[in-house]
Amino acid sequence: MRIYALAVYLFLYIPIGIIALFSFNSGRAASQFTGFSVQWYGKALSNRFVVEAFQTSFAVALASAALATVFGTMAALALQSVKGRVRVAFDALIYIAVMVPGIVIGIATLIALVTVFDWLNPLLAAIWPVAEATPQLSLGYGSLIAAHGLFTMALVIIIVRARVAGMDRSLIEASADLGATPFGTFRQVTLPQIAPAILAGFLLAFTFSFDDFIIAFFVAGSKTTLPIYIFSSIRRGVTPEVNAIGTMVLTISLCLLITAQAILQGGRKPTKN
Amino acid sequence: MAMRPQYRTALFLLPAGVWFFAMLVLPLVVVFVFSFGERGPAGGYVPAFTFDNFLNLGARWTAFKNTLTLAPIGTLACLLIAYPLAYFLALRASPKLRTMLLILVIVPFWTSILIRSYAWIFLLGGRGIPALLALVGLEDLRLINTPFAVLVGIVYGYLPLMVFPIYVSLERLDKRLLEASADLGAPPLRTFLTVTLPLSMPGVATGCMLVFILLMGEFLIPAMLGGGKVFFVGNALVDLFLQSRNWAYGSAVAMALVLIMLVTVTAYMRATRRWAGGRDEVSLM
Repeated sequence: MRIYALAVYLFLYIPIGIIALFSFNSGRAASQFTGFSVQWYGKALSNRFVVEAFQTSFAVALASAALATVFGTMAALALQSVKGRVRVAFDALIYIAVMVPGIVIGIATLIALVTVFDWLNPLLAAIWPVAEATPQLSLGYGSLIAAHGLFTMALVIIIVRARVAGMDRSLIEASADLGATPFGTFRQVTLPQIAPAILAGFLLAFTFSFDDFIIAFFVAGSKTTLPIYIFSSIRRGVTPEVNAIGTMVLTISLCLLITAQAILQGGRKPTKN
Repeated sequence: MAMRPQYRTALFLLPAGVWFFAMLVLPLVVVFVFSFGERGPAGGYVPAFTFDNFLNLGARWTAFKNTLTLAPIGTLACLLIAYPLAYFLALRASPKLRTMLLILVIVPFWTSILIRSYAWIFLLGGRGIPALLALVGLEDLRLINTPFAVLVGIVYGYLPLMVFPIYVSLERLDKRLLEASADLGAPPLRTFLTVTLPLSMPGVATGCMLVFILLMGEFLIPAMLGGGKVFFVGNALVDLFLQSRNWAYGSAVAMALVLIMLVTVTAYMRATRRWAGGRDEVSLM
């Protein structure tokens, strides 16, 4: 049994380990390890396209995760006091957002936005006072943030709501009985209890957006995110430079994830699940 | 700050509600409408009302066939490999190590599937495992760009998602039942088959459903490990929307995919609920 478990862990981690190992290969060959070197990291970090793709991914992940966390937390808090049709509608929307495949979300967002833009752009051109400076709506940062924000908001709502549901209600009542304003109660009682879930939700949302390929592939327009860059490089062939970029991306997500896990597990009461 | 509670609730729900409407409901409605339209002369979409796109779905039959074969096989493979691990984690691992071992299983799922699939291009490609096998006499073995490679990628990518729900249901199981079964003289295998396995079915059902749903919409794994020979509906969709720009037909393919998913998942949930009892609430973390 123990040997079996060990074998599965090796299966899960050896491929990642090999990528990391070969990113330090001094030679170009993908099959032989000829010596230790960090030259591929240097190459990757001085590649203008890699740096730009990283900046795009980072900015999109930060913005979509921040928006998803704020709006998702607000929704999760409000949903606890909502019943009836609104509640059912929200539950259905969250369910659909999580269940519909990313590829369908990507396609749907692409054609919906392009259609809306095609319809709005002439309108904008007609009403804009300065003809030369008319803004053109197009796919890019906005569509990436909006599309990533959708899935991650559903994620934040699920995580925060689980925490809100497990919260000790008597503390809130006690606070109100002792004369605290609703805002005071929120700040001093509710927020400290749900803060770990909010933070973990933010980290997960960031990781999802940072790693997402399929939705970005459709809605990125002329922008290139890091996963899109990696995908097109892989199409051109396996290179040590891709190994180095991949290792860096994995390291960033692993750090964020382990932090998120530690926060969630640490805050969880051992008696409850 | 004297705001009536109803208004505050509505105000709190507003941003998320608007976002869900604009980025989820509206786009899905557009796909639905487009699926009855026609392809424009330069690609894109021209309004029309025709069922031709749906009647022509057979043109992409191979993609549907591959998806509907490899998604269930992949789900089953994940289940067979995940169950013993979940069992070990829930019932055999020392409690001290358990949390850490569990985190080690879940974490890969949240890291880039792109890079994890790429790792297998590296391993299964001509200079990886085939080169090693050639040393022991197995020459000319082709692994990359085969259904096997896609299956390995699937198991590698989705195993964590299967382990977690099964672990949760095994961990919640009342351990006294196992002791009682043993005390009453049942051999370990019988205890497993009559007590442990039936009680872990909610977790198995949840895990299978999650993996199956994600596999139905898979694009990356077949694109990277199937090399154009093993392609899913997802690959057909990328081709239709980004290369041939046939939005109307592509929308019909997407609608068909979502419809097949809805039907299979609903049927599956009906079937499992009968013997699984209550629903098992599972979060992904």
